[in-house]
Amino acid sequence: MDILLTSLQQIMSPVTAAYALAAIGLNLHFGFTGLLNFGHAGFLAIGAYGFAISVAVLDLPVVVALLVAVALAVLFALLIGIPTLRLRADYLAIVTIAASEIIRFTVNSSVLAGLTGGAQGINNNEAMGNSYSQAFKDANPFDAGRVEIGPWVFTATQLWAAILTWVVVAVVAALVWALMRSPWGLVLKGIREDEHALTSLGKNVRLYKTQSLIIGGVIGALAGIMLVLPSTVAPGDFNSRLTFNLFTVLLLGGAATILGPVLGAIVFWVLLQASDGLIQLGERGGWLGGFADASQLRFTLVGIVLVVLIVFRPQGMLGDRKELAFDDK
Amino acid sequence: MPRRALLLATALLATALLGLLLGPLTGTATAQDDYGFIPRVVDAAGTPVAGVVVTVRDGDEELGTTTTDARGNGTAVQVPDKGRYTLVFDTSGVPAGFAGGELYAVDKEVGEAHTLNTQRVLVSLKEKANGGVVPSAPVERESAGPTVSLPILVQRLVSGLNLGLLLAIATIGLSLIHGTTRLTNFAHGENVTFGALIAFLFCVVLGLPLVVAGLISVAAGAAFGWLQNAGLWQPLRRRGVGLIPVMIASIGVGLAVRYLYFAIFGSGTRRVTPESIPSVRLGSVVMPVSAYYSMAISLAVLVAVGCWIRYSHLGRATRAVSANLPLAAASGIDVDRVIRVVWILAGALSALAGVLLALLNDVSYDMGFKSLLLMFAAMILGGLGTAFGALVGALVVGVFTEVLVVWLPPDMKYVGALIVLILVLLVRPQGIFGRAERIG
Repeated sequence: MDILLTSLQQIMSPVTAAYALAAIGLNLHFGFTGLLNFGHAGFLAIGAYGFAISVAVLDLPVVVALLVAVALAVLFALLIGIPTLRLRADYLAIVTIAASEIIRFTVNSSVLAGLTGGAQGINNNEAMGNSYSQAFKDANPFDAGRVEIGPWVFTATQLWAAILTWVVVAVVAALVWALMRSPWGLVLKGIREDEHALTSLGKNVRLYKTQSLIIGGVIGALAGIMLVLPSTVAPGDFNSRLTFNLFTVLLLGGAATILGPVLGAIVFWVLLQASDGLIQLGERGGWLGGFADASQLRFTLVGIVLVVLIVFRPQGMLGDRKELAFDDK
Repeated sequence: MPRRALLLATALLATALLGLLLGPLTGTATAQDDYGFIPRVVDAAGTPVAGVVVTVRDGDEELGTTTTDARGNGTAVQVPDKGRYTLVFDTSGVPAGFAGGELYAVDKEVGEAHTLNTQRVLVSLKEKANGGVVPSAPVERESAGPTVSLPILVQRLVSGLNLGLLLAIATIGLSLIHGTTRLTNFAHGENVTFGALIAFLFCVVLGLPLVVAGLISVAAGAAFGWLQNAGLWQPLRRRGVGLIPVMIASIGVGLAVRYLYFAIFGSGTRRVTPESIPSVRLGSVVMPVSAYYSMAISLAVLVAVGCWIRYSHLGRATRAVSANLPLAAASGIDVDRVIRVVWILAGALSALAGVLLALLNDVSYDMGFKSLLLMFAAMILGGLGTAFGALVGALVVGVFTEVLVVWLPPDMKYVGALIVLILVLLVRPQGIFGRAERIG
């Protein structure tokens, strides 16, 4: 019962919201435009580091820091978009994953430790003078203390973080909904279905693809900021497992839908938390004695879910199967 | 009376001063040989590191150097007096694949009341650069630009060849699978890790000799390759699942298998042999014995695979399937059989690469995944789906990665190779040997 409750608490968690937002960005790439972006973690890292460094190290105002993060994401999208968007899907996948690993190695390196904190990351600690979420904490309208909602107890900060992040998710989801109804969105879907047809209609396919990469990437960067705002920035968090988790989120909920990423993120985190609880239960019961670190079996589960989904139900919970019949370009 | 007291006080003070001055002097006369440092260098896993040049310095003055032997020990370096000295550890001459830093420095005091006059200094080089070690000395070296000497360059070049040959073995499988089935297998790194883990199981856990463990591991790798094809990829091909979903499925397989390894093996990095491997110096190159064997084995295997692809019936059939699958099937080639053989071969080769990589870099649950991008780089550089291209691509990537460490900090090691990958796609997306075709 405890497992069920803690699992369901994930629904409200800011991390779930950040995953939902990141998956919305990835959905724009993969679901709507058909771009196989395997480097989404790079966008999240750029957002998180761009924001945290701007506030904590360079002492810039929060609004400027947000703009810096967005500008960096645009730059990154252009950098990887220009050489790769003319390439086949598998090349794009390899290049994007390579680019995101370059980002991760760079922020992890001791060379830039003065800015990025190297392997330590940025602790978001006032005492160490590298806090970047003070403005967020100051804006908290709730009184300090605990708030009870049903069976769950939140601290004021947690509640504030949850509300703020989910409002951002709702706003961005609405924006994407409007975008995909617009003529621009229809062109994107057309590119996914048959880019040669769109080219012959006189559309500049690469321009549209680049725009999609930029907008989805900026959404990813915002998600990166949301991910680190209540916690700390650690380079290891932005490894390719994050990207693959996001793909699982997207395929769970349903790619090429508006609410799919949101639902997917909630289900993903509830299931991940529940499996963690079950594994801990199993460890206490002594059934998992042969494992050095049984909690990692969660991600084995994620991998299996990913395979089963893509093979048997590529449309996920909300999607339309016909929309995800990728042609073999 | 006050005058005498003053005199006495002066005398006392003078004696004290004299004592202070003479004390260390007489001390040095007798105990000079006793002050010093004996460095010992191990890596994060506790394995001794050979070939580290340790320099003891007092400020800018160099007092002596020693090089660590195969057991990680240096000889004693004497210092003139007790006090604080800087020990600089230069790991640029360390055998291939060591993931530590180029240059470390640590300040050590000798001659304190409760320490021995000759201090043993144990330095543990961590994979994450400068973990726990003060980087005080490298600053001047960095500002003066890296010193590139010929021996260091040769050492890096040979290390790069070793890494390249090893990558080639792993990449050929990846490349043949891509050629025959068009699958970009993101789970290929796990086949490499599989080989290393099986070798670890038989060599360390069950105590068999390394060679036997390696052979078992190659056989197990072949079985693993067959199993993946028969259990998953062939059914998916039969269902007619598209290329992009299959690629995503390979991501899922990789994730599942990798974290299963993690759950079983833990997050640590461990040696694949119970005892450490001695180093051998050839000219200016210092490498563990295993690295020389590794290069020889890699070369032999590559030549054998190359001949197999070029001359044997099945090898020809493989090339035919890669070039044009429907045509090959129409001309009577058993495509399923060819693909099965390719998977078995890929499994065996990547397991072998895993064993060799484990000798070089030790065993960890994500060792294969970490080198997956290098394999992709090698594959793309050589041209997708060609075996010979994979060899050349892997050699270029290996040498490039290792030589770049001369200029780049070690934790940026792979960045160079990845940037090259992107540049190649920008300029010549079909790779060095790929046929120019429209791939957009």
